[in-house]
Amino acid sequence: MATKASRSAARLMMAPAVILLLGWMLVPLIMTLWFSFRTYLPLRGGDQGWTGFDNYVRFVTSSSFWPAVQTTLIIVLSVLIITVVIGVLLAMLLDQPMWGQGVVRILVIAPFFVMPTVSALVWKNMFMDPVNGLFAHLWRFFGAEPVSWLSDAAMPSVIMIVSWQWLPFATLILLTAIQSLDSEQLEAAEMDGAPKLKQFFYIILPHLGRAITIVILIQTIFLLAVFAEIFVTTGGAFGTRTLSYLIFQRVLESQNIGLGSAGGVYAIILANIVAIFLMRIVGKNLDN
Amino acid sequence: MSFKRNLRAATAMSLITATSAFAQDTTITIATVNNGDMIRMQGYTDQFTAETGIGVEWVTLEENVLRQRVTTDITTNGGQFDIMTIGMYETPIWGANGWLVPLDDLSAEYDVDDILPAMAGGLSHEGTLYAAPFYGESSMIMYRTDLMEAAGMEMPDAPTWDFIRDAAAAMTDRDADINGICLRGKAGWGEGGAFITAMSNSFGARWFDEGWNATFDGEAWANTLTFFKGMMDESGPAGYATNGFNENLSLFNQGKCGMWIDATVAASFVTGDDSTVADSVGFALAPDNGLGKRSNWLWAWALGIPAGTAQEAEAKQFIEWATSKEYIELVAENEGWANVPPGARTSLYENPNYQSVPFAQMTLDSILSADPNDSTVEPSPYVGVQFAAIPEFAGIATEVSQEFSAAYAGQQTVEEALEKAQAITNEAMEAAGYR
Repeated sequence: MATKASRSAARLMMAPAVILLLGWMLVPLIMTLWFSFRTYLPLRGGDQGWTGFDNYVRFVTSSSFWPAVQTTLIIVLSVLIITVVIGVLLAMLLDQPMWGQGVVRILVIAPFFVMPTVSALVWKNMFMDPVNGLFAHLWRFFGAEPVSWLSDAAMPSVIMIVSWQWLPFATLILLTAIQSLDSEQLEAAEMDGAPKLKQFFYIILPHLGRAITIVILIQTIFLLAVFAEIFVTTGGAFGTRTLSYLIFQRVLESQNIGLGSAGGVYAIILANIVAIFLMRIVGKNLDN
Repeated sequence: MSFKRNLRAATAMSLITATSAFAQDTTITIATVNNGDMIRMQGYTDQFTAETGIGVEWVTLEENVLRQRVTTDITTNGGQFDIMTIGMYETPIWGANGWLVPLDDLSAEYDVDDILPAMAGGLSHEGTLYAAPFYGESSMIMYRTDLMEAAGMEMPDAPTWDFIRDAAAAMTDRDADINGICLRGKAGWGEGGAFITAMSNSFGARWFDEGWNATFDGEAWANTLTFFKGMMDESGPAGYATNGFNENLSLFNQGKCGMWIDATVAASFVTGDDSTVADSVGFALAPDNGLGKRSNWLWAWALGIPAGTAQEAEAKQFIEWATSKEYIELVAENEGWANVPPGARTSLYENPNYQSVPFAQMTLDSILSADPNDSTVEPSPYVGVQFAAIPEFAGIATEVSQEFSAAYAGQQTVEEALEKAQAITNEAMEAAGYR
């Protein structure tokens, strides 16, 4: 049993770590807030003083803002749907006893270990290049005109690349969940004559509820900030400019730190709204 | 015994390390771009170190990343680099802000007056040189002489855009995978943005009128974009909306382009060992429309010293070495005259050895025909040929070129792209306090 003295000692010993962690989060957040209320143009003499809510108004009324929000949400939703649906199917497939199971599982998981920049470069140059890419050769082999993926179908291409990267994560979590399913339940259902589809919807899917929730929550947090794949493949062109990309453009390309910081604050608010919304809707699964 | 031997060996090693550290007591850090000429320069760095005792550390980056790194470093006074590789866009702006060391005390042997006036002008602010050009470039037409002959046409030295469009259509052979013309359509101010801006000059367009208002709602821009898209749809490669310098270089070297209008420094690559069409490449001036302006740009990759560096003297010594006549001769001696850094010095173009290089004269003519102080048909308030030398331009032009690329890809009409470009530009200019 902890005494008063030992509790105080514990608090004292933990204090540096807590202060460091708080500082780690709070300092950038406070600086972003501070800059968002200032006219800060590094190439025009730096900090030029308070500007009130001008940056916020300018950012949200710019013609690029709503398309960027829309693009962000489309990418997040599409990738979530693709990774969860295919992830469930893959997890069920990988759960079946088969020869070389270990190798197959490693191959399925492999894309998760490739850096986003590298995978985007590989997809762009080796697969999707309309002249020298693998897909172009395939298309020509079957007598079709090659598709300019990253310009004619930029959004689906980006969604495909990001989904490819996140599918292993979803599969891994869902596979672990499926493996924890009591096989006696399925056997009993089979003996009662329940068809496979019903077994899936009434036994497997409800069992996966919690895992799916975790996949959606974790992926949403990362997908809201997806950047490298867009930077490498389309450079934000062809309707693929997300909110995080727009902020990057405002801060680094336009060198308008104030405007970009206001965008950053909007991004924080958006991320929190989405997170709260998700926690409320799907997070209930975690309580059950 | 063994302990003693080890001790002696350790002492000897420490002495050697200490001595070598003493011999090379200064090291400068240089940020540079991963272009062929810069990579070649790195190979000769040991020679510089041997001559001066100054060590050199390189940070080599892709063009877009380099720009962001050095811009962030200079604006935040980061002090990561003693020399930065910058261009004609950054130098006058940074020089005006006092962020660069003026290069007004270079030695007499360096012969600063030998720098081509167009280059020196673009790298100066109010007459003071702030960066020394390592190489300079304009843009010109590189074309396949064999395909041109097969099409029954002859390339003039100074063609018009109409001729280029006809020639491109005549050379296009989709079954043989040959595109009549390859041009940059890739989004980015230094990629497709640079090309379309230079092209628009010859169509009578400009970025801003004299009151800093965007001019994308005018007829000249509509003509430029409609012509570009029409010609590229007829005779350009698939996916040209995502092609930049490197993509087009690769296509040309594979024999898949009849013509390519791009940087003059590409001439040594398309006639080099990596090119499958090296023996049949001709050169011509970038096209015009009879309005008095050609569609070629002007650019220099130059070396500048950020103000506040602790190694200013050593950095100057390096810049003098790397951009000197002697360095050019060093490269020529080892790798041939075609591979020397071009476009920076008058004396290079007076050298009979260099005059025999097939693209030398056309490069010089192209450089001399571009005037950053008078690049547009109508008067404009900015300096620059393929850019407007204001801090906001990089951001604006990247966004505008994204809209243009979307139009090239058929995702929106030319009119829609121009309408968005007009809004983007005016919004940014308002945010920066111009309007």
